[in-house]
Amino acid sequence: MATVEDRLGAPAAIDAADFAALLERVATLEAAGAKAIEKKNKMTIIAWGGDLDRIWPTTILASTAAASGMEVSVFFTFWGLFAIVKPDVRITGDNWMQKMMSAMNPGSAQKAKLSRYHFAGAGPAMFKKLAEEHHVEKPEALMELAADMGAKLIPCQMTMDLLGLKRTDLLDGLEEPIGAATAIKEMREAAVSLFI
Amino acid sequence: MSTTVTTVDARGQSCPGPLVSLARELKGAPLGGTFELLATDPGSRSDVPSWAELTGNELVESATLDDGTYRYLIRKVV
Repeated sequence: MATVEDRLGAPAAIDAADFAALLERVATLEAAGAKAIEKKNKMTIIAWGGDLDRIWPTTILASTAAASGMEVSVFFTFWGLFAIVKPDVRITGDNWMQKMMSAMNPGSAQKAKLSRYHFAGAGPAMFKKLAEEHHVEKPEALMELAADMGAKLIPCQMTMDLLGLKRTDLLDGLEEPIGAATAIKEMREAAVSLFI
Repeated sequence: MSTTVTTVDARGQSCPGPLVSLARELKGAPLGGTFELLATDPGSRSDVPSWAELTGNELVESATLDDGTYRYLIRKVV
């Protein structure tokens, strides 16, 4: 019966230069591997939706990940931005279009609407009553908890401009507004990236 | 070594309440400290082990008490 050596031929001798190159490649891969493990522990959420049934899961995941020692970045854009408007800020924007937009999207997570079964506010009221009975924290409280534990809450500069939202209209304690490229960088380095 | 156990009473809290309470208590506490987490959220049975795996802290013991309360012993190692 033919042995493996018979079929493959004698193994070629490895010369020292090849071996050194191989070691170098192993070292490079190991270094890359170490970096990948570091990134495993990061979550980036694009908080696009301002509805209660979006901003709630956003804040639950952000606070849980932060409590689990993960690095967390939440990038607020479009309707998500209205969820980080200060509760006492009413109409925002400089022109009638922006003002109308803010009237239709009352600021802060407290005033967020439900995407379904809103029933002129009865839906969210029932939802919050159920949450209270089940001792589930409200999104505004979870957002604060997440920030307390180091989650970065980052507004999107472009949508702020588009919607006429100023830095002073938004909650205190947010990070400096960033653009899409930085958001992509945040997502690329995170093992978990979500669009909610 | 200190044998003090810090109790975190998260009974009545729902997800992610117990974990958030625990994490806040652990923050700034010295390494090697032991914490007792009391919870009534059934979700904590899977969430506390997951949290331990994510953070690298040690889940020393988990048990259900006679009154249905879940009790977890956690050692802070990171």
